[in-house]
Amino acid sequence: MHTDLSVVNVIKKFQDFTAVDSVSFDVEKGKFFSILGPSGCGKTTLLRMISGFFEPSSGTIEINGKNMAGIPPNKRPVNLIFQNLALFPMMNVAENIAFGLERQKEKRSVIKTKTGEILERVGLPGFENKKVDQLSGGQRQRVAIARSLVLEPAVLLLDEPLGALDLKLREQMKIELKILQTQVGTTFVYITHDQSEALVMSDHVAVMNKGKFEQVDTPRNLYAKPLTPFVARFVGENNQWSARVTGLDHNPDRQTALIRTPEGNAFKTIMRDRLEPGDEIDLFLRPESIVLEPDSSIETLNRFTIIVKSILFDGANSRILAQLPESEREIQISLPQTRQFDYIQPGDRIEAGWSPESGISFLREKAIL
Amino acid sequence: MESGIGHIISQRKGDPMKPGIRWGLVIFITPVLVWLTVLILLPQVDMFIMSIRAKNELGEMVFSIGNFKLFFLEPIYWRTFARTAIFSILVTFLTFLITMPIAFYITKVVSPKFQGFLSVLILMPFWVSELVRVYGWMILLRESGVINHFLIKFGLLNKPIEMLYNDATMIMGLVYTSMLFMLVPLLSALESLDNSFIEAAYDLGGSVWSIATRIVIPHCLPGIVSGSIVVFMLTLGNYLTPNLMGGKNGLWFTEQIYNQFIASFNWNQGSAFGFLLLILSSGIIWMGLKLTKQTLGKVVQ
Repeated sequence: MHTDLSVVNVIKKFQDFTAVDSVSFDVEKGKFFSILGPSGCGKTTLLRMISGFFEPSSGTIEINGKNMAGIPPNKRPVNLIFQNLALFPMMNVAENIAFGLERQKEKRSVIKTKTGEILERVGLPGFENKKVDQLSGGQRQRVAIARSLVLEPAVLLLDEPLGALDLKLREQMKIELKILQTQVGTTFVYITHDQSEALVMSDHVAVMNKGKFEQVDTPRNLYAKPLTPFVARFVGENNQWSARVTGLDHNPDRQTALIRTPEGNAFKTIMRDRLEPGDEIDLFLRPESIVLEPDSSIETLNRFTIIVKSILFDGANSRILAQLPESEREIQISLPQTRQFDYIQPGDRIEAGWSPESGISFLREKAIL
Repeated sequence: MESGIGHIISQRKGDPMKPGIRWGLVIFITPVLVWLTVLILLPQVDMFIMSIRAKNELGEMVFSIGNFKLFFLEPIYWRTFARTAIFSILVTFLTFLITMPIAFYITKVVSPKFQGFLSVLILMPFWVSELVRVYGWMILLRESGVINHFLIKFGLLNKPIEMLYNDATMIMGLVYTSMLFMLVPLLSALESLDNSFIEAAYDLGGSVWSIATRIVIPHCLPGIVSGSIVVFMLTLGNYLTPNLMGGKNGLWFTEQIYNQFIASFNWNQGSAFGFLLLILSSGIIWMGLKLTKQTLGKVVQ
């Protein structure tokens, strides 16, 4: 498979501060690759190095197999969609799109056809003579994408372009962007702090924290098999629980650890790291992997009692906010909207359970801070 | 409390016919009106009346367009007039060419820490009067001046040359005098230009030239035009710099006006010239606004 973008051991330092620390990744042609991380994790710096606005302190960036060192942004076969889109307000839509083509010394007639075609492609036919300030948020988005795509870049870089849109439009643009990317077949590198954007659109997601890639994987694997506690916390919702390993259960097909929480609950969980009795661990439980009022016939289930604090109704995403008895620990549990649990009221004392397979446990991070 | 505030506001917003409500406006606008009338309008009217009057054979003041006629009949007058106009436009353009990169450097290239410092550096020479600054140039440039001294010392010249009293020096002096008035509007215009526009243009393949002409200058146009108007009017009406640096050959129309008032004591002729200068500056500014498709209201903002 052809690799469009290859980043090898890239480091960027600003004086003493290392913004990007030894990052390496490859993006195959036609893939949608996302870099997901909290603000200030260095993802924008990384993107600006790919687009040429920053030079890496060390490491190489290759686009289409060509080393990009020393090549300025206007000579690179990549285009960047800015966070604020940066549509030129002094030009109309057609002039905005034509700007890059004119720089490539295209013929006037070619520019006109290409502008028309790309506007059609992004679903804005006939918008040539509109002023930028006459466009809605979603339309600006599409014009910005058209302006870059018309240059047929090897890689299209997107710097949180959906950030300024309202929720409904953002949901819609997410899907449109994914469809558009599949249609044009251009490689997209997308950075965002919004995990839902990254998960929905991407073929592969890199989770970035403090200048480093924590994990590069498919969205499904990131969610189901996070490799680090940061990924477990950052991707999707998770309940975090500390516990101590009390014993090991050596089963031929899977290794299970017996653990005890500070609240006194004893659980079983499958082991990912090698654990020894006495180890402190962090246990992560997804809200949807906790079952309310489990059937008493399921023997393998870990069971515990909770007190319902409040019911957070949010349609399909509804939750129960619960507390353990005689404890401050809060736990969020998915509330299926099948009306099956409508009888649950705040203050109720009910049983919850989770299967040992769905717990994700990590050896406790040593207290560095 | 709340109702009290509401009461005052509603009173202020209330019936415009009601006397006493608009006292604030009257108080603020009176000095402006008095200033405009007494110091601008009345002298102009007086000048206009003077300009259309001349002495007849008997030495009596009568209505006459002779003052204006003389301007067109005497080549020295209208040639000086045209020369002043063309040189003023040239000075304005040169000032823009020199100031634009400086303004861009201060707002977009230098780290924000030094922006204020650099602006103050540019502002500093303007703390001393124009007269002192012009004499400064004269000390540098004259035959026995600093530059000639060093050029001879390093063997680049055999004998000193006179660098003052020619058109190039006069233009340089005028550009130097006007720079600040171009710089300030350009700084604020560039300040409002989002860096991402420049970066986006660069990313889309733009060169320095295309980014400047397609993005930066169109965005700064109101600032450029307002700076140009100020520089143009100041240059056109400048008396000191052309007189001192241009010498006797560097004719400037303001000198003609001065000569009529002070040397010839012909106030009527002087008024006519003054009036022509006013028409010239208004005309060229109007043309400039039309050419750049700007309106005065937008430019003055």
